[in-house]
Amino acid sequence: MVLLKIKFTQQRRVHLAQGLWLLSWTAVIWGAIIFCLGVYLKMELLRRDEVMDNTEIHVVPNILMIVGLASIGTNWVASCVCQDSLDATRFPRWKVLLLGWFAVAAVLCCLLISVVALSFILQGRLEESLKVGLRNGIRFYKDTDVPGRCYQKETIDRLQIEFRCCGNNNFKDWFEVQWVSSRYLNFTSKDVKDRIRSNVDGRYLLDGVPFSCCNPSSPRPCLRYTLMDNNAHFNYEHQSEELNLYSRGCRQALTDYYMELMNSTGPGVLSVILIQMSVLLGMRYCRLRWKESWLWRTQRARFWLVDPIATEGSSEDADLEKAEKEASPTPAS
Amino acid sequence: MVVMKMKFPFQKRVKLAQGLWFLSWCATVAGAITFTLGCILKTELRRRAEVMDNSDVHVVPNTLMIVGLASLGINIFASKICQDALDAERFPRWKNMLKPYFAVSCFFTVLMLLAVIMSCAMKGSLESSLKVGLKNGIRFYKDTDTPGRCFQKQNIDRLQMEFQCCGNNDFRDWFEVQWISNRYLDFSSKEVKDRIKSNVDGRYLLDGVPFSCCNPSSPRPCIQYQLTNNSAHFNYEYQTEELNLYLRGCREALVSYFMGLMNTIGAGVLSVFLLQGSVLVSLRFLQTAMEAVAGNENTEIETEGYLLEKSVKDTVMEFIEPVMQFFLFKNQVGEGSSEAQADP
Repeated sequence: MVLLKIKFTQQRRVHLAQGLWLLSWTAVIWGAIIFCLGVYLKMELLRRDEVMDNTEIHVVPNILMIVGLASIGTNWVASCVCQDSLDATRFPRWKVLLLGWFAVAAVLCCLLISVVALSFILQGRLEESLKVGLRNGIRFYKDTDVPGRCYQKETIDRLQIEFRCCGNNNFKDWFEVQWVSSRYLNFTSKDVKDRIRSNVDGRYLLDGVPFSCCNPSSPRPCLRYTLMDNNAHFNYEHQSEELNLYSRGCRQALTDYYMELMNSTGPGVLSVILIQMSVLLGMRYCRLRWKESWLWRTQRARFWLVDPIATEGSSEDADLEKAEKEASPTPAS
Repeated sequence: MVVMKMKFPFQKRVKLAQGLWFLSWCATVAGAITFTLGCILKTELRRRAEVMDNSDVHVVPNTLMIVGLASLGINIFASKICQDALDAERFPRWKNMLKPYFAVSCFFTVLMLLAVIMSCAMKGSLESSLKVGLKNGIRFYKDTDTPGRCFQKQNIDRLQMEFQCCGNNDFRDWFEVQWISNRYLDFSSKEVKDRIKSNVDGRYLLDGVPFSCCNPSSPRPCIQYQLTNNSAHFNYEYQTEELNLYLRGCREALVSYFMGLMNTIGAGVLSVFLLQGSVLVSLRFLQTAMEAVAGNENTEIETEGYLLEKSVKDTVMEFIEPVMQFFLFKNQVGEGSSEAQADP
């Protein structure tokens, strides 16, 4: 049974080889681009490593980098093959590799499709990882004197400023943790004692947020403390105040950022898949030319794209005989 | 007296032409890069236009853009000329154009050098422009309800956060202006009334700064208000406190940023200038060497090439004379007509 039968005249074969050569070099460049995209995504994920709990999401950039490198190698081989395909003396040396090449190319296409699927599937895992990571970050915000956590405050502050977000879900997350270090609390003061007694764990909780939650777009100088008390500030109503602090939570902000990044790699990956598949298809037709001449001799049934017995009266017959005569002896069948 | 005479055998001429063709294409790319650098600098200066009082410093990127474009044209011309230079039939058609071409090229090359010098020399002008611009920015910080100034607060806040700076010279500049709008002041409160009475202009002054001055590197949650009162905060001494706020003033931060940018660009443009200069010198040598060949049957003779036919002073006078004569002629016509009017 034959799939996708196409007649190939000599001119058409030449055009096929030339077009395929160009396509395979395009695929090499796209492979390099995919590799760079993978590296960029990996670096962005590593930058925010401290607010992520696990590294499951790193599988996406890892696969992108592997596929990019493999794609460069595979398509470079393809370009060499079709450079030699029009030369009867040089083509046979590639024969052995071709089957392996098809397998590798097919695997690459599958991996690329899996990357696109993974980037959607792993969104939930990313969000979970950020939820835990940010919760820890907020909890350890005050521990600027604990080794291993001394940069947590700076990291969270810079994150909130850069992504214009506050807290995990929203700014109220800061009300539930003690984010002011005990080193800076006057334990003889009545206010401090009251606050510490007001909860079971003896933490200094307050309805205030760090300065990094402040929104510069607010027409009013930032209000950071006693946020729930309307009387504490003139002309202030916490229920209707929208511009004072960032209203978005950092988990949402980071998830949106990374999903946007991964979605933007989507079109690039899809076009690489298309190019790779066309190179695969072209190589299959290219390989045919040599397999044809050996089939006349061996009569062995093979699956390929054109059945030479069915093509009668075409210039291919003359070409085949000519190619046989010019080729090196001993068919490998 | 000929300046820089050199002998040019045929082979050397050929090599010169080939080298010059390659060099002129490199110089074309360099000219495009100069134009791009000018655009980048212009864009950066315009981004911070709101904290600058005047746009004097914009002369640097404008010059760079003009010079970049001119350099593109000059070098494309140069490559065409040296392509035709070795062909005795095609070279003569360039003969008439070469003198004005060299004049224009020298002018733009000198302009390029001037742009490099200006990029270093404009520091003082930039600094004074920023000083006034930032002073106004801080003064109008509270005017978020005044049309034309409503984004001043946002600009200053984002500027301080991005450049990690506070105030004009330092954070104390905020103590001298009222940066909290009256809309948010409770005038019935005693504290507000005291502060307003404490100065002649009736402004609400306080020893506090906006949140954008806060330094995230501080181990302590940011202290914004009552900065000069040690007893207002636990375990706090304002004299020794260094990490709480940004210590650097925004004027200094912006000046160092822009000077860094302009110095880097200046260094790049200086190398473009040297490249451009070498293209022009080589082209001059090629032109004079080929002119000696003209009219000869044998095109492979050895000729002499030179830079200037006369001494430098004479050449300069030769170019300036037509311009001077033009102005003198105008004067003479003016005098002649006034004399004619005087004599009845």
